[in-house]
Amino acid sequence: MKRDVEIEINGETYARTIDPRMLLSDFIRHEARLTGTHVGCEHGICGACTIQLDGEPVRSCTMLAAQAEGHRVRTVEALAAGSGGELHPLQQAFHEAHGLQCGFCTPGFLMTLEPLVARGEALDREQIRGEISGNLCRCTSYQQIVDAVVLAIERHGGE
Amino acid sequence: MKPPPFEYRDPETLEETLALLAEHGDDAKILAGGQSLIPLLNFRLARPEVLVDINRVRPLAGIDDRPEGLRIGAATRQSALERSSQVAAQQPLLAEVIRYVAHAQIRNRGTVGGSLAHADPAAELPVAMTALDASLIASSGRGERRIAAEEFFVSHLTTVLEDDEVLIAVDVPRAPAGTRVAFEEFARRHGDYALGGAAVVLTADAAGACSRARVTLLAAGDVPVRAHAAEKLLVGAVVDAAVAREAAAAAVRDIEPVGDGHGDGDYRSSVIEAMCDRAIARAAAPGEGKKA
Repeated sequence: MKRDVEIEINGETYARTIDPRMLLSDFIRHEARLTGTHVGCEHGICGACTIQLDGEPVRSCTMLAAQAEGHRVRTVEALAAGSGGELHPLQQAFHEAHGLQCGFCTPGFLMTLEPLVARGEALDREQIRGEISGNLCRCTSYQQIVDAVVLAIERHGGE
Repeated sequence: MKPPPFEYRDPETLEETLALLAEHGDDAKILAGGQSLIPLLNFRLARPEVLVDINRVRPLAGIDDRPEGLRIGAATRQSALERSSQVAAQQPLLAEVIRYVAHAQIRNRGTVGGSLAHADPAAELPVAMTALDASLIASSGRGERRIAAEEFFVSHLTTVLEDDEVLIAVDVPRAPAGTRVAFEEFARRHGDYALGGAAVVLTADAAGACSRARVTLLAAGDVPVRAHAAEKLLVGAVVDAAVAREAAAAAVRDIEPVGDGHGDGDYRSSVIEAMCDRAIARAAAPGEGKKA
């Protein structure tokens, strides 16, 4: 049985008729055509598909699209939106600190970390590693990702 | 890696939920946080005909501070438990274990009741609730019943819940004065299911002797395992390092953890013993174990 849904992603409402078994990750990529959200393992291990639901990081592959109705979905596309081509400060920090190589996992890392940096939490390197424990990266060995977060936190605090 | 087809129902009231469960029986599966169920669907390891999503049943979520203790709604997010000042003040064991549960993204979605009803013996919340003598409240069209946590878990991923029942809340009783708690586990990576662990709740009398003990082991069998032999050794003793070691050795005497690629049964048993020793020692040491 198909279901009519209206799902808010990055402030825009997407009205679609979907099969209830459609995952939120697939709705984001295939229906909303927002392909910044990457799909890795599709069973809640890798964290590549992390988005924010009502401001909290969650994995979009372990949620049904229909469950997102009535909630605010935010994807990586929202980070630099409206900045006239400027990167979001967290993205800029990843760029400068070489916090990515292939970049596949990066959207998930950004969506996990962005609320922490925005809250101005003073995290040390060990705590940062704890916060990113749910995101896997196979290129960087995490060193530069932690560097990027340290840089982003420093700059946020300095603003 | 996509869920099989199912009929999706997302009732807004408990009554509708119970009616759906009564109607569909074992063809229906309850969807709470979905952090275990959706992967199982994605792998096609579960193929329910009807998925009853309880996320829109608002009264099922929330933490209520009652005279007898905390009532935690079954659909309360694990992250809500983590952030609750009432939980931190009244049930430090829950505040301690919740940080071991998976990762932040999963705790933002996963629920307390979901973890209990999923009944993985390597999960932290079932072990903690058993150690805390919590009661689980199940509801069906036939009425409500209270189930002691220790009676709730039947075997790996199996509980006493009937097909028409839904877990609605967990009652965690206030600990007596002089109670201290500790939790220890060992996992290969933070957030992974642990190879072994232990939750310990110790109550000391005015003279400093242990008057009541709960020792519950994680990943030691097909359910959270109460280590009665260890508890017996602790009660009446002034718990020092030697007593803790002795009790931890007794705790693992009768368990037979199943080995896998991460370690054989003997290794897992040693891990559990070491975690149990540390948890008892920490709960007993003044200024170390958290006051409940």
